[in-house]
Amino acid sequence: MIIIVVALVSGLVFGVGLTISRMVDPAKVLGFLDIAGAWDPSLILVMMGGIAVAMPAFFWVRRRGHDLRGHAVSQPAGWPIDRRLVVGGVIFGAGWGLVGFCPGPAIASLGLGSTNSLIFIAAMIVGMVAVDLMNQRLNARVTLSEV
Amino acid sequence: MENFTPGAALLGGALIGLSAAILMLYSGRIAGISGIVGGLLSRQVPGAEMRWRLAFLAGLIAGPALVNAVVGGIAPITLDASIGLLVGAGLLVGIGTRIGGGCTSGHGVCGMARLSPRSMVATMSFLATAILIAYLVRHAAGG
Repeated sequence: MIIIVVALVSGLVFGVGLTISRMVDPAKVLGFLDIAGAWDPSLILVMMGGIAVAMPAFFWVRRRGHDLRGHAVSQPAGWPIDRRLVVGGVIFGAGWGLVGFCPGPAIASLGLGSTNSLIFIAAMIVGMVAVDLMNQRLNARVTLSEV
Repeated sequence: MENFTPGAALLGGALIGLSAAILMLYSGRIAGISGIVGGLLSRQVPGAEMRWRLAFLAGLIAGPALVNAVVGGIAPITLDASIGLLVGAGLLVGIGTRIGGGCTSGHGVCGMARLSPRSMVATMSFLATAILIAYLVRHAAGG
């Protein structure tokens, strides 16, 4: 049951981080993506701040081989760099650049009462399920490495 | 760069990193939002795996509401898009993150923090594409 509390706290801190950095707002994100407009570099500092804090924890856990409760940890493979990875990134980036929403901020924005976000989230879920169904149908030997 | 908010960006980013660190240290899981949502939709994931994912997402929604309740004055977001555009963008984000195995949090923060080559390439591909598309939409398309 402790994992439920851990996940709740982690999600809460994530949502607070998105709010303080204002990344929950697509307008702020588009201010970064639109380098030809009134460019706002904030997003890059958000990523750097996140990477800097997460990195020691990730490397420490990797060296131990298990988490603080002694359980195995998720360690997605760093290779291979294949076509799926790049194509997926390009498709995701196209959607992200269209409205400025990626999955975390879209869901977190519900906490600020943005009901229109539900349309985006519903379509996102449809897209995810479609890929899963297609993978099953193709009986893909390529397993999705989930991060 | 009148909209640049370096202090809030670094603090908010650090909190996102802290969130990822908490989840990794105490559960061995990766705080990738598309992976967490995607796992809820997969029939191969057992019930115990469902509960922590739902708890994380509940916290993710509660976080902004909590800041608004405690600090107050958090402006509503600006989602300037038609329903058709929201549907199209949502579909692309869902399909792309599932094919590419992650999004801004999973690849962009957690994967980069692990120095994963896959995540670095994924992050470069979605960042470059998003910058290109945002340019086309806001300048070339006359919008």
